[in-house]
Amino acid sequence: MKFNLIASISRSLLMARWRQTLVAAIGVTFSITMFVGLLSFMSGLNDLLDGLILNRTPHIRLYNEILPSKNQPVDQAMLFKERHNFISSIKPKNERLEIYNNTAVIKALKNDDRVLGIAPKITAQVFYNVGGIDLTGVINGIDVEGENKLFSFSDYVTSGNYIDLKNTPNSIILGKGAADKMLAEIGDVIQVTTAKGERKQLKVVGYFESGLLEIDKVQSYASINTTQKLLGESNNYITDIQIKLKNMLIAPQLAKEYQHLFNVEAVDIQTANSQFETGSSVRTLISYAVGITLLIVAGFGIYNILNMMIYEKMDSIAILKATGFSGKDVNNIFTTIALSIGIFGGLLGLLCGYGLSALIDQIPFDTPSLPTIKTYPINYNPKFYLIGAVFSIVTTYLAGYLPSRKASKIDPVIIIRGK
Amino acid sequence: MNEKVLEAINISKYFHDPLTMQVLNNVSFSMHKGEFVSIIGKSGCGKSTLLYILSTMDTDYEGDLIIDGVRMRTKNESELAQVRNEKIGFVFQFHYLLNEFSVLRNVMMPGLKLANFSEKEVEDRAYQKLKILGIESEALKRPNQLSGGQKQRVAIARALINDPLIIMGDEPTGNLDKKNSEVVFDIFTELAQVYNQSLLIVTHDNEFAARTKRIIEMEDGKIIKM
Repeated sequence: MKFNLIASISRSLLMARWRQTLVAAIGVTFSITMFVGLLSFMSGLNDLLDGLILNRTPHIRLYNEILPSKNQPVDQAMLFKERHNFISSIKPKNERLEIYNNTAVIKALKNDDRVLGIAPKITAQVFYNVGGIDLTGVINGIDVEGENKLFSFSDYVTSGNYIDLKNTPNSIILGKGAADKMLAEIGDVIQVTTAKGERKQLKVVGYFESGLLEIDKVQSYASINTTQKLLGESNNYITDIQIKLKNMLIAPQLAKEYQHLFNVEAVDIQTANSQFETGSSVRTLISYAVGITLLIVAGFGIYNILNMMIYEKMDSIAILKATGFSGKDVNNIFTTIALSIGIFGGLLGLLCGYGLSALIDQIPFDTPSLPTIKTYPINYNPKFYLIGAVFSIVTTYLAGYLPSRKASKIDPVIIIRGK
Repeated sequence: MNEKVLEAINISKYFHDPLTMQVLNNVSFSMHKGEFVSIIGKSGCGKSTLLYILSTMDTDYEGDLIIDGVRMRTKNESELAQVRNEKIGFVFQFHYLLNEFSVLRNVMMPGLKLANFSEKEVEDRAYQKLKILGIESEALKRPNQLSGGQKQRVAIARALINDPLIIMGDEPTGNLDKKNSEVVFDIFTELAQVYNQSLLIVTHDNEFAARTKRIIEMEDGKIIKM
């Protein structure tokens, strides 16, 4: 009953100056729209940039590195064990790059429920032979289906069908840059030379475009079998195991665990790409700062309008108080006014924000380096809408707080006597 | 009949701006139920100030105010608002109706605040009061569509809505022409005689005062005749 009365008084006061009310509400609407639109757009762009690297980077990569042994024989000899030994000119021993016992490792990883999926890989250094010229290159031998599942391989194959890599024996998907240099069309056969000097002919079944020009000039993809044959290795030869985790954040700790467990090198995504995380967190910070500034400006608008309204309504407030409304009731009336402006403006702002995002989402964005992106990216994260809603209510409440308090303190005697 | 509705005991009040000045000096009097009292005096004699203290709106005074047997000094702001709502009806020189609401709604407002009755009942009572004052046909208009005399009658209806113990008026006819003043006075008289309503009216219209039952005359912050 009492709430109804206060609500009906607030509504009448609002409607009596509906233009002013509308201006205040539009202020909130505008800032919430911008907040949601801006954040969705910025974070869409952010995700895109991160995705360029992060989507294609395994969370943990297991590999072997050719390194000088950390355990030199002299350190193990009883006689010199406790001493400090100087050895000069240590060379790495001729170690194989392959991961030993990889079938067991893969099986163990597949049973680990922190792991989302794994894709084995072989990296082979080659030369692309173009007439008399040799271009350096890298062929990644991949498990085509696994690679596609974990790293959206097909998204980056711009011409040709990625699955041909698996179905056609001795086939290759060339990096776009490398293909351009070699003038290789799809269906052509190119010749590569391995580091060991073996030559092999491979059929081009597609082009690969990663968005990073330097990579496209060098990298190509072949199936694991083709690469094993190319290198003259047996069919359990694997140099890398790429792991995607269910929770990316535990990668550093898990990398250490695997390093011990499988006795291989392991590198996690955070270590490998630390600059991306810094970049994206700074960009997020900027967009939040801009959005929140907009909301605060809108808050001041509401503050002004409520202040004016209170000056105009001094008489009404005085008479309400004279006829038995307490300061608290008057305070509630003005707080209700502020909050209804906030809620109405905020809701409309969320809708408009969604509209703005949807609109940006339609703007064409064609760039040769990003083959999968056709329009500007938008992140429709409900989090932004939630923050926008909460913030619109909080700012309008705070903007209404001081004027409402002032209204509640108005002394009816002074106004009534003043006439 | 002899029940005291309002009692003022040694009320003093000072203004501090620009100089400390005593505006009320040990004012004491009491009022009984059904009395029609007018307070007269020259401008600046403190009669309006006294009325604001008696109405509980001004709390900065010395002495005691007792309304309906309850001491007002110890009450806080919202309790005093409650007292005004329930026991006191106001009629000011200026009508102070809220232009955002219809006449009916204006009259209903203190009744809705008190919430002793449902909204429907408050509406019925508001119609009754408007009928007593002969303006029920204007109920759905906005206050700014009414004439000055009609507005003042609406203000009186609003003062009556909660059946207050006492109606206080501050120059209720001050803004009205002769004819409308007459109407308002007749209404007050009728309220006093027919409904046994206590009325306390501040005025400087001696003719008006002369027709009330009891006159309190003030000068320089003191009651000189009552």
